[in-house]
Amino acid sequence: MDLKLTAEETSFQEELRSWLATNAPKDWADWREKPLEESYPYLRAWQRKLHEGRWAAVSWPKEYGGRSATLMQQSLFWEEMARVEAPPMANSLGLGLIGPTIIACGTEAQKKRFIPKILSAEEIWCQGFSEPNAGSDLAGLQTEAKLDGDRYIVNGQKVWTSYGWVGDWCELVVRTDSTAAKHKGLTALLVDMKSPGVEVRPLRQMTGESEFNELFFRDVKVPVENVLGKVNDGWNVAMSTLMYERGSYGARLQLTFNRYISRLIELARTTMRNGRPASEDPLIRQKLAQCSAEIEIMRFNQMRAFSRITATGVPGPEGSIQKIFWSELNQRLQQIAQELLGSYGQLLAGDPHAIDKGIWSYAYLRTRGNTIEAGTSEVQRNIIGHFVLGLPRSY
Amino acid sequence: MQFGLSESQEFLKDSARKFFAGECPSAEMRRLMETDTAYDAALWAKLTDQGYTGIIFAEEYGGVGLGKVELMLLMEEAGRALLPGPFFSTVVLAGSVLDAVASPAHKKKYLAPICRGEARATVAILEAGASWNPRDVQLTAANGKLTGEKLFVSDAAVANFILVVAKNGVFIVDARAPGLKISPMSAMDLTRKLYVVEFKDTPAELLGPTTNLPRALDIAAAALAAELVGGMQRTLDTTVEYAKTRKQFGKPIGMFQSVQHQCADMYLETESSRSAVYYAGYALEENTPDAATSVSIAKMYASDAGRTVGNRGIQIHGGMGFTWENDVHLYYRRAKASENAFGDATFHRERIAQLVIDTPTTAHAAR
Repeated sequence: MDLKLTAEETSFQEELRSWLATNAPKDWADWREKPLEESYPYLRAWQRKLHEGRWAAVSWPKEYGGRSATLMQQSLFWEEMARVEAPPMANSLGLGLIGPTIIACGTEAQKKRFIPKILSAEEIWCQGFSEPNAGSDLAGLQTEAKLDGDRYIVNGQKVWTSYGWVGDWCELVVRTDSTAAKHKGLTALLVDMKSPGVEVRPLRQMTGESEFNELFFRDVKVPVENVLGKVNDGWNVAMSTLMYERGSYGARLQLTFNRYISRLIELARTTMRNGRPASEDPLIRQKLAQCSAEIEIMRFNQMRAFSRITATGVPGPEGSIQKIFWSELNQRLQQIAQELLGSYGQLLAGDPHAIDKGIWSYAYLRTRGNTIEAGTSEVQRNIIGHFVLGLPRSY
Repeated sequence: MQFGLSESQEFLKDSARKFFAGECPSAEMRRLMETDTAYDAALWAKLTDQGYTGIIFAEEYGGVGLGKVELMLLMEEAGRALLPGPFFSTVVLAGSVLDAVASPAHKKKYLAPICRGEARATVAILEAGASWNPRDVQLTAANGKLTGEKLFVSDAAVANFILVVAKNGVFIVDARAPGLKISPMSAMDLTRKLYVVEFKDTPAELLGPTTNLPRALDIAAAALAAELVGGMQRTLDTTVEYAKTRKQFGKPIGMFQSVQHQCADMYLETESSRSAVYYAGYALEENTPDAATSVSIAKMYASDAGRTVGNRGIQIHGGMGFTWENDVHLYYRRAKASENAFGDATFHRERIAQLVIDTPTTAHAAR
């Protein structure tokens, strides 16, 4: 056990810091409040710049434009990005999930065709997994692809697709064999979103915004060379994508949470309760301390998981505790914010009385989704029960 | 950066687990728990042979000189076996207090026999107010003598000497000293006995001022949290095993999600406690600026988790869990005692608040 940075980690960190010192944009604050549609070209430009410095996908192997960064270096990367308050990257799903899946499961031709444009943000990727009738039970998905000569004809509907509105390409999981057992008849396709028959509709969520889309496919033609992995092996391809989803989240969240708690502590000092600052109220102190401690424990869990993955080479099902931990913690954190802010907590962005431009009312509503997205808490507990503890499957 | 255990740490943990499984199986633990003191001289000699009685102390006092992470690992395994007797009181508590406050000469006189397995000791802290804040201590030594009362003193009846936290320093009292009276308290945890210790003009030798006492108490608190982790792991293991084999409605009860999800929560709480404890051990060893905060984080989380893991474990065991013969309640009793000892979660949350809210230079701000 040694939590000091190694020489490689330090030099990685120093190289990144000096690169960021000259290249990190200074005007992100002017853009971050704007709708994503407006700021998107800005985010693309930022990703291009990162790519030029070979910082867009540090976790990727060197031969594909990454830096073969270890998990610790990846975590340092996100820490530095947060420290300079860098904007997010435009093609975050392409970089974080789909690119790694193509590298792991794709053909040489696919890698050549898609990887460079994922890195440069020339082609934005979205992910078509969930369906109206296939959420937690993803393997029950119904969008079908029928082989017709050298192409597939795709029909069906996807939902909760991030970046659908701007997506050039989609990693789409479809049913190619309706006679096989449900996990066995699936195939992953790389679908050009400009193909005739693809329709994208915004999905308005409870926060009022539309982060996600619904996708409709009517007789969409996909050439067979766009099958990712093997035909009818789509479940394993999808699982490998989801593994990246569960792995990469935590490091970034840590820093967001630290910012939240620091701000809440500040607010507690200036908010008066019963004639004294809320920071002196024993109950508020208990709650802030609990959250602050849990944020630290999230970090410790993360570091332990990283060391384990580094030693064994595979992210195991233990990652599910991270998902449960951060999502439930984020909800508790927002509830404390609401308690502290009292009546002000409900004010939306744009209201002249709103505190911190209304981020707390937004965060309260948005975090309600945290225990649902990226695998519900119930599914995560099933995973722990079955895959970690060895209890019999409940379904 | 590497948060995993080193090979030698894995080895220590592994051999400790095997040692406790062999020397202190459930039947032996239950036998000792039924005795007056829960102390067994033969077991103590074996603990000494393993080097456990001197684990973190300097070699010049006969110790092994290992670090705080190693201490956490040993205590985790002791907790898994629900090790009865004065190991925590003697080695972790009295040993750390001596190490922190005593002069080299006093360490030779008192710490060395502990390392060599020749002496048992304990530390008397709490008084009638039962406050874990050392500032609330009222007992004061005058002219080298103590008169007053300490409560909840663990393993006092088998101690060769008792360290006493007084307002004007940390003192040491020989078990045979005149005016010393030790009487048992009847408490929930049957494996770690508590006593009332009364002094009447009892001669007491000053070891040193209380300045360095907090660090020793931090080591004790972190070690207790580690012990809680071991207890949680044992409770989780036996509960999962039971859920796999116990059948109702024609199925193993572990197939039902209401049971499975509780097991998942037990796992989450156990692992999170473990991460916090290992970090605290590391922070104490390296003397990081957040060492005190990290001890409070570990003790706070493990105190609550120890109780909730026990609750779920007994619940899933159903009627079996409520019987005397099932060990799960013995861990539950220990967990309750340890939850409170050296400050419960509420106590440590307030301490975290002082460290994080009132002095924002540590923890979060440090990174």
